[in-house]
Amino acid sequence: MASRKASQLNQNEEEKYSVLLPTYNERENLPLIVWLLVKYFGESGYKYEIIVIDDGSPDGTLEVAEQLQKIYGEDKILLRPRAKKLGLGTAYIHGMKHATGNFIIIMDADLSHHPKFIPEFIEKQKEGDYDLVSGTRYQGNGGVYGWDLRRKLISRGANFLTQVLLRPGASDLTGSFRLYKKKVLESLVERCVSKGYVFQMEMIVRARQLNYSIGEVPISFVDRVYGESKLGGNEILSFVKGLLTLFATT
Amino acid sequence: MTKLMQWLYGVSLLAVVWALVTFDLLDLSLPQAYREVAWPMPLYLLVSFGCYSLATVGYRVATFNDCEDAAKELQQQIKEAKEDLRKKGLKM
Repeated sequence: MASRKASQLNQNEEEKYSVLLPTYNERENLPLIVWLLVKYFGESGYKYEIIVIDDGSPDGTLEVAEQLQKIYGEDKILLRPRAKKLGLGTAYIHGMKHATGNFIIIMDADLSHHPKFIPEFIEKQKEGDYDLVSGTRYQGNGGVYGWDLRRKLISRGANFLTQVLLRPGASDLTGSFRLYKKKVLESLVERCVSKGYVFQMEMIVRARQLNYSIGEVPISFVDRVYGESKLGGNEILSFVKGLLTLFATT
Repeated sequence: MTKLMQWLYGVSLLAVVWALVTFDLLDLSLPQAYREVAWPMPLYLLVSFGCYSLATVGYRVATFNDCEDAAKELQQQIKEAKEDLRKKGLKM
């Protein structure tokens, strides 16, 4: 039913979705995420392009991206590499410069975000003409795979603190699986100054300040990396510092 | 107004009301009952909020969805993707 709706609509409308994929050492995952994106966009009938922003990965991610470009076409896979690892905000800016879509989808390239939710994001956006649609792990049948009790406790505790202090009007602030109208993302990125988790939080908070409308879609987050990279004291500390900064400045 | 300012404003307002009632600063000669109830209010509210927080976070952790099916589906699709990409000429 989604396909029929999409092809009816696309005859008249000019929506195109640009997927921004910042990558660092994703040689193994990049082909898989691209395959999934091609699969679900293909089935849905929406126009799309995938923009790979590789930050000089030493493992040859860019070389794999070039192979994918040959397989799927240069109109579908765009490469916008950078020389070294720079911030996420600048990656978005860099990626958007040559994006031809009027909507931007941001997501992780490590398969924790599944492209099957993208058609749901798109439909949600159309439903309310939302300025941005955020994937949430905390509502509906959203959830996580691969987290132990400690990780879940930290996650829910941090989110609760964020809700109390910032009252953001969105249930998942640190998530990074989102759909934005292109001009909305442009205006938000240039206003945001934080890094890491807090950057994603600041985007939502600033969106609220600018009265942008936010829709939510429950997503499943499959964490295959958690076992190797435990959430340590340092990260928690910098999260709290970032949260308090947002509390005091927005 | 930043969120911090909103909080400071709200807390100040409540503090003024509390002090007015508890210490009868305006000489309103309020009934003793009002003053007795007002006096422990700040502590009472703090403790209530603490309990609410614990209960809420506890509930949310307990009902945090575990996406077993999503993980299985992903594993399956990874196999499918690798096979298809091999056919299309990708050298891993």
